Amino acid sequence: MATTLQPVDAVLVGFGWTGAIMGQQLCDAGLNVVALERGPWRDTPTDFATGFAQDELRYMWRHHLFQNVSDDTITIRNKIDQEALPMRRLGSFLLGTGVGSGGVHWNGQIWRFLPTDFLTKSHNEKRYGKKAVSDYDMTLQDWGVTYDELEPHYDQFDKLCGTSGKAGNIRGRIQPGGNPFEGPRANEFPNPPMAQTYGPTLFGKAAAELGRHPFPHPTGNMSQAYTNPLGAQMGACTYCGFCEKFGCGNYSKASPQTTVLPYLLQKSNFTLKTESEVLRVDLTPDKKRATGVTYVNSAGEEFFQPAEMVILSAFVLQNVRLLLLSGIGKPYDPKSGEGVVGKHYAYQTMSSVNVFFDDKILNPFIGAGALATVIDDFNGDNFDHGGLGFIGGAYIAGMITGGRPIEMIYTPQGVPSWGMEWKHAAAKNYLRSFSLSVHGSCMSARGNYLDLDPTYRDVHGRPMLRMTFDFTQNDHKMSDYLTDRAAEIAKAMNPREIKPNRRSGSWSVTPYQTTHNTGGAIMGDNPKNSVVNKYLQSWDVPNLFSMGSGAFPQNAGYNPTGTVAALAYHAADAIKSQYLKAPGPLVRA
Amino acid sequence: MRSLFRFQRKTLGPAIAMFGVAGFAAAQMLALPAHPLSTLTPRDLLTKQLEDSMSNAAQVNRGRYLVAVGDCMSCHLREGGEPFAGGLGLNTPFGVIYSANITPDPNTGIGSWTSEQFYHAMHDGKSAHGDDLYPAFPYPWFKRVSREDDDAIYAYLKTVPAVKYTPPKNDLPFPFNFRSLVGAWNLMFLDSYDFQPDTGQSAEWNRGAYLVTGLGHCGGCHTPKNTFGADKSKAELHGGKLDNWVAPDLTSNKRVGLGEWSVNDIEEFLASGRNAHAAAGGAMAEVITNSTSLMSDADRRAIAVYLKSQPASALVGSSPPDSGAMHRGAEIYSDVCSSCHLDNGIGQSRLFPPLGRDAILQQQDPTGVLHLILGGTKVGVSASRPSPLGMPSFAWKLTDQEIADVSTFIRNSWDNQAPAVAASDVGDLRKKLGLQHLRLTDNSGDRGLP
Repeated sequence: MATTLQPVDAVLVGFGWTGAIMGQQLCDAGLNVVALERGPWRDTPTDFATGFAQDELRYMWRHHLFQNVSDDTITIRNKIDQEALPMRRLGSFLLGTGVGSGGVHWNGQIWRFLPTDFLTKSHNEKRYGKKAVSDYDMTLQDWGVTYDELEPHYDQFDKLCGTSGKAGNIRGRIQPGGNPFEGPRANEFPNPPMAQTYGPTLFGKAAAELGRHPFPHPTGNMSQAYTNPLGAQMGACTYCGFCEKFGCGNYSKASPQTTVLPYLLQKSNFTLKTESEVLRVDLTPDKKRATGVTYVNSAGEEFFQPAEMVILSAFVLQNVRLLLLSGIGKPYDPKSGEGVVGKHYAYQTMSSVNVFFDDKILNPFIGAGALATVIDDFNGDNFDHGGLGFIGGAYIAGMITGGRPIEMIYTPQGVPSWGMEWKHAAAKNYLRSFSLSVHGSCMSARGNYLDLDPTYRDVHGRPMLRMTFDFTQNDHKMSDYLTDRAAEIAKAMNPREIKPNRRSGSWSVTPYQTTHNTGGAIMGDNPKNSVVNKYLQSWDVPNLFSMGSGAFPQNAGYNPTGTVAALAYHAADAIKSQYLKAPGPLVRA
Repeated sequence: MRSLFRFQRKTLGPAIAMFGVAGFAAAQMLALPAHPLSTLTPRDLLTKQLEDSMSNAAQVNRGRYLVAVGDCMSCHLREGGEPFAGGLGLNTPFGVIYSANITPDPNTGIGSWTSEQFYHAMHDGKSAHGDDLYPAFPYPWFKRVSREDDDAIYAYLKTVPAVKYTPPKNDLPFPFNFRSLVGAWNLMFLDSYDFQPDTGQSAEWNRGAYLVTGLGHCGGCHTPKNTFGADKSKAELHGGKLDNWVAPDLTSNKRVGLGEWSVNDIEEFLASGRNAHAAAGGAMAEVITNSTSLMSDADRRAIAVYLKSQPASALVGSSPPDSGAMHRGAEIYSDVCSSCHLDNGIGQSRLFPPLGRDAILQQQDPTGVLHLILGGTKVGVSASRPSPLGMPSFAWKLTDQEIADVSTFIRNSWDNQAPAVAASDVGDLRKKLGLQHLRLTDNSGDRGLP
């Protein structure tokens, strides 16, 4: 029997980036906010101290900061006629847990989506015809929100994180040195770009010679010390090369810990409870209103936390699962195409090209999460797709995130993966190689979706989430074309040899790709085609908001965090300016 | 929506710790309390203005401010306890003395005290029952507080939530368990005069003197003590030591004091716990959080002006350290320290303190720097500078000899000069702090040795 707690104005389910942003926004509006985080408390000098943070074996390979899949995992299959099996080891994506969650162990790559990315269906249909957006069983939708609406909120997130970068478009004026393809920004970045090391510099030079438009990757790794508008302080990055999969001990990577928590913890109307896992959202009998959430703590005690508003601010896979477990919205059926919850699950289509030199020492151990020179010439609709047979694209980055000794030793084509020959190749190439990353979009398709697994259950007895996913032919064509473009640049760097790593065959859960899972609780302009409206408010339960990349109707060729944060600020703005005055649907269906 | 400003229970350990509950003795403790603690945060209590409609609102608000100035919260709040309910154990050289409950509970607190009795406690160190209070309660300084200010503090303490709680009995060995000894102590060491303004100095200077030597009781930590625990004579603010922390010299001494600091530097440090020279860790962190960050700009400036006027204590030289220790220390520094404090010890202003010409490092007694390296610390926070930037603990990683070597190196680099540190110094402190073993948290996955 759950113990009923004192009611609060808002309960946040999960405390990563969106939990932190919503907590700050709602507390500043005077609301009483309780955040429930399933994982442990995590704190920079205690948990990510520089003395042990840079431990690849412990964090990368033994998954120290990640979800323990023996407590809870998901089941996986590629096609609807297959039986899904539990993911018993993390691989393709690395699910976070604990305070800060993925915001602790991300790389700090901060992107904005292109204005046309928010109009994936209508824009591409207009330019390339109906077939271009419906081929390969694709089920594309526009977002229901525009770049212009989100721009002030992208800006808010840049200021919160102290994003280091160079603007390419300020209020419509193209800026030298920045990304000329980006949507117009109101402001320059808060901090200058990071210093580009040798590898990214070689990439930029070769790309420019081919007529591309290289620029420094925008990043939440600090190029210099920064104090954000909340008064939180960050230190200059030391280029230690341990960002993704690691916490930063130098306060140099934007995270909920470095940017928001110090401010929030001073607020008497904010409470954060760790090791408190939400089991379900509780509804009134007519299912039109959330009454609160039921959670279980690490001692196994259950509590009911009544709340006026429920904010799902966990990772996309948890948010979608909680909607399904709580009976909010109609589950998606891939056969009939009806229902909305779980539909349009998408991912990121990644490939890469390794470059090997004889005469150049790149010192790859000098790195940072987003230490890269990038081109955006072939992303979104920045180029003419006429006759190419696909839509979407990717950025190509000459990137040195680090030279971590287990994960990041590149050997040429044909070298075995162990033994004497491998050792010789590793020793020869470690300092002389790096990788160009191709970070591609992923379009939604009829058969790619999330639902509850009929067989497997978690430690609490709840059905696991089942993921049915494979890349579409559109994704493969896009990725092949983009990998060729990356290879061109690689060759223009005059290396000894290159090794393209194409994305071929069906999606596999085994090799690491990226933790950019999207969709399943998508946003849109009406309840027939989406789970939430443009303010991330549930169409069915108006006092419930679902944050995160679950709202993406399909995924663009960028890292999602910037857009995830902008959508959260956009939602918070509407809650503060409209919802609190008149609680109810913010968009009339 | 429901009322917007209902006070929430805090259940989060670090959130509480940020408000300075960690205490002197518990600076190395980072465990989370498992249950809700308090309906009001300490900061709420110290910053919430009362409604003007209350008949004595002006006096009460003034008392609230003075309670912050006097840093009453840091001692009268135990880890996991309620504000002002006391029970924090103060490790004195004579034994553990527990702070009193000063909430208005009539039986366990001071609810039945009259303002006269309260004044006698502040001024003469006498409880309402006429007993002598131990001078761990800083009445030797509070003696200089005016009656008007004492009455305001009394009026404010009457308004805080009453808590029924009896602190533990003091843990004092014979003969210190006899309170009557305190009477003799008072005769020997207690000044017989109240605060006297110096008419030759500015009003600002006099305000600073009143705060530093009175309610602020800076000398409680920053003045060296004699064998009886009383201030050493003619050494006011020459630096002290308590509970395994070093409280640096506050005179204009250029090595171990504030000689390199401007008035503005001191003000910024008091306001935010950080400036271009240093960061406030250890016991000073909670002084920043619970006291100086809540003071008015004028009072902080007055304190700075007064401190800058203190004549420098004598410079003490030291012999150059062994070059082997310096070489070993330099390598450890490069490997372990330089990622934050940078290669040449310049640090990052207001984030990671620069190490050159540093007062803590150049103290004759290395306890301060050894405590920082062994136990780590967090910087005090304020509303405008909320980041509790931290120095991690290296007890698990470095041996006593390594810590001794790197301490010797940083104490004698970048214009610093101080005696070499022996491995036995580190070993002794390690034992006192209970840091023999790995001390990563459960969260970080490692366990200490059984």
